[in-house]
Amino acid sequence: MKKSIKKILLLVVLLLVVAVSLAASPYGEREIRVDGSIAAAVEQASPGDILIIPEGVYRESGITLKTNRITLRGEPGAVIDGEGNGHILIIKADSVHIEGLTVRNTGLSHVRDYSAIRLEGAAHFRVNNNRLENNMFGIYVSRSAQGEVTGNRIAGGGARESNSGNGVHIFDSQKVKVSENHISLHRDGIYLEFATSVEITQNVAIDNMRYGLHYMFSRDSVYSGNEFRRNNAGVAVMYSRDVVMNDNIFADNLGPASYGILMKEISGSEVAGNRFENNTIALYSEGSSRVRIENNSFKQNGWAVKIWANSTDNVFSGNAFIDNTFDVATNSRQHYNTFAGNYWSNYDGYDLAGDGIGDVPHRPVRLYSIIVERNPVSLILHRSLFIDVLDLAERVMPALTPETLVDEKPLMKSPLP
Amino acid sequence: MKMNTNTLKLIKYQLRDVMRSRWVLFYLAFFILITDALFRFGGSGDRVILSLMNVVLLVIPLVSIMLGTMYLYNSREYTELMLSQPVKRIQMFAALFSGLVLPLAATVSVGIALPFIWNGVLLSHIGALGYLLATAVALTIIFSALAFAIGLLTEDKIKGLGLAVVLWLFFAVIYDGLILLVIYMFSHYPLQQPVLIMSMLNPLDLARIALLIQFEASTLMGFTGAVFQRFFGSMSGQIAIVLVMVAWISIPLGWGARRFIRKDF
Amino acid sequence: MITITQLEKRFGRLHVLRGLDLEIRPNQVTAVLGPNGAGKTTLIKSLLGLVKADSGSITIAGQKINGDASYRSKIGYMPQNARYPDNLSVEEIIEMVKDVRGTGDETDEELFHAFNLKTEMHKKFKTLSGGNRQKVSAVLAFLFRPDIIFLDEPSAGLDPVSSSCLKDKIAREKEAGKTIILTSHIMSEIQELADKVVYILDGVIHFEMTVNQLLETTGERTLERAIARKMKGAA
Repeated sequence: MKKSIKKILLLVVLLLVVAVSLAASPYGEREIRVDGSIAAAVEQASPGDILIIPEGVYRESGITLKTNRITLRGEPGAVIDGEGNGHILIIKADSVHIEGLTVRNTGLSHVRDYSAIRLEGAAHFRVNNNRLENNMFGIYVSRSAQGEVTGNRIAGGGARESNSGNGVHIFDSQKVKVSENHISLHRDGIYLEFATSVEITQNVAIDNMRYGLHYMFSRDSVYSGNEFRRNNAGVAVMYSRDVVMNDNIFADNLGPASYGILMKEISGSEVAGNRFENNTIALYSEGSSRVRIENNSFKQNGWAVKIWANSTDNVFSGNAFIDNTFDVATNSRQHYNTFAGNYWSNYDGYDLAGDGIGDVPHRPVRLYSIIVERNPVSLILHRSLFIDVLDLAERVMPALTPETLVDEKPLMKSPLP
Repeated sequence: MKMNTNTLKLIKYQLRDVMRSRWVLFYLAFFILITDALFRFGGSGDRVILSLMNVVLLVIPLVSIMLGTMYLYNSREYTELMLSQPVKRIQMFAALFSGLVLPLAATVSVGIALPFIWNGVLLSHIGALGYLLATAVALTIIFSALAFAIGLLTEDKIKGLGLAVVLWLFFAVIYDGLILLVIYMFSHYPLQQPVLIMSMLNPLDLARIALLIQFEASTLMGFTGAVFQRFFGSMSGQIAIVLVMVAWISIPLGWGARRFIRKDF
Repeated sequence: MITITQLEKRFGRLHVLRGLDLEIRPNQVTAVLGPNGAGKTTLIKSLLGLVKADSGSITIAGQKINGDASYRSKIGYMPQNARYPDNLSVEEIIEMVKDVRGTGDETDEELFHAFNLKTEMHKKFKTLSGGNRQKVSAVLAFLFRPDIIFLDEPSAGLDPVSSSCLKDKIAREKEAGKTIILTSHIMSEIQELADKVVYILDGVIHFEMTVNQLLETTGERTLERAIARKMKGAA
């Protein structure tokens, strides 16, 4: 009996040792230096492997990663060059981590969306600190969840808009963090379609051919602290709800159809603390409702706010409108939004009460903006004395500008630094 | 040779006289005060230039045409005296015109530039300021030329001054009203080209647009504005602006000179 | 010598000079007289090139006037009401005319000293009294020793002392062989100064006589009476 107990104890100890050693390795942190083909290394990798890619140019494409828990870590100077053939890295596994790589030269196509790093049905992914150059799409996230795309520098080839893709493309995915990326020369900097709970923070999108950021059919998303500059057509948020857009900078988005933010059919969202400077149209709203627009600064834009009459129940408060050609433009005398407690640099009222709020309500819609809306050619009369006379007459006896679009409590001083 | 030196001599004394007159001082003080005030209230050089744009477009044509007309009438006896000297009429005409335009242009330029200097932003804004001043000077010359044409059209001082006001009103207000009327009447037709041409024919509109292109492009880059932007912003557009301005100087001035030479004093 | 032949000038519907012929000789003071609107001013302005005649010709010292300005360097002109630029000093005005004339040192400053203008040298023109303006104007007319001198109401606004200084100067210049043309509405002044009277009426020379002839033929003692009698006779 005593012997059998001893045997059993020994067996238990043995099993424990095996279990512990099994837990520690070989599935733990096996570092493998890739020698030669990355595709081959990926093929042979087991879950938990860290593939170190040394300096050098790897002329490969269509590398497909199907094993879970793999890390691809580029050492400085490690470059994967697709040489214009299709996708470069395709990830179809969970918990994959890609960092420090330079990936360049995907294929170009009018039919397929060739991408430098493509995630398909991947969960818990991390794509950090890579450089993506001259690709059709940069990082393409499809039907994936719980991942992050951070610190990447993504520059497109600056080709024509028609066969250029997006810097970061997120489709039908949930809970993705996109932050601190620098994205330029793509079609859209960041593109979201049917995405939920996506957080976009601290990115810089500059010189993109279409939008810096493009939201479609998405909800519960946040973008804050980003900078959108010189994109051909600013930022577009369409058919989405519960979007939080805070503390971003929209600047120098100039052109015939350029916006800071274009909001189309948006509801229950928030636009706060943003800075809009020198855009053709800073904020454009069509069919949006219940959006709170607060504490933004609109400075030296062509149109600060262009709001269509089909936008309802939006609230503008605490914003500063400074030196815009048109502070507010609209297309109808009917108006169902609220403007209250904003600062208007061309407010010419006074504050006898001394409470910081002007005693006379401010009408931010100039007659001229309505004229321009009906006949855009009349833009050529901007700053003409004749127009000033018209505006003055309208202000004294409003006949054409929306009666209800009035800020009853205009601030005497800008609330923003 | 003789003609040129004679003209220069006349200009010299003409300048001495005009530079000592009170209205030049007023004009100079006006531009210094308004520019400095804009710096005090507005801050940055860019904003000051944008605000000055309105001042330049409003004040310079009005002052140039009114002052110019008055100046010519007031110089009548003196002109007669000098023409009884061995002075050619064209020399006297050149001296009179220079005697008006040079002080006006200098006053505007100095009056605006000085506050830029003492606010320490002259060099950082030299390009934009240069463009603004060039336009200001062009407007000064054009509306002085128009003033001379008026002064030589009628001997009647009151009539002449009335005409000057009307002409200014026409270019500053009425003409733009007409453009807007045309835009509304023919709103179903493509109007960009005709409107572009119409606005180029008014020197005040032309100057306004030239300044807009430089300083407020964000607005003009809207849907239709882009067409104007593309035209006026291009090299050929800029050349067209200069050519039309030169025409606006040389036509009234040439007509005035012809009349001055043939006139009975 | 000034020769005017068939001078015609219309101002719109007004026919001011109607084929006027006249010869003005040197060594004489010629007074041009006539009622208001007769064409006196137009005649003098034509001579100065300020008014351009429709037809006819003017020859001054053998040189036909045809738009060239140089002949005017032979002419000194004292207008009725001189107005120089307001903010120039007397000194600068004199300097300016000197500059334009380009004549050097040979200036005649006799009147300048006689009028005692030195004290006014640095005053601006606009601050000068009417009399002093006339003095400046007179000084400039004689300053360049011109052969021909036009004086339009020369003594208007001058004090008696200055006026007689100017008259003395005119007499002396006549003696020196200058051609002097004078208009004035003060007949005693003309009687005192002029050798010859040219009377213009309706754009032509109505009569042309020496002062003595005029007095003799009418038997009057003063020029004023003589002219009045002559005109009554004509009517």
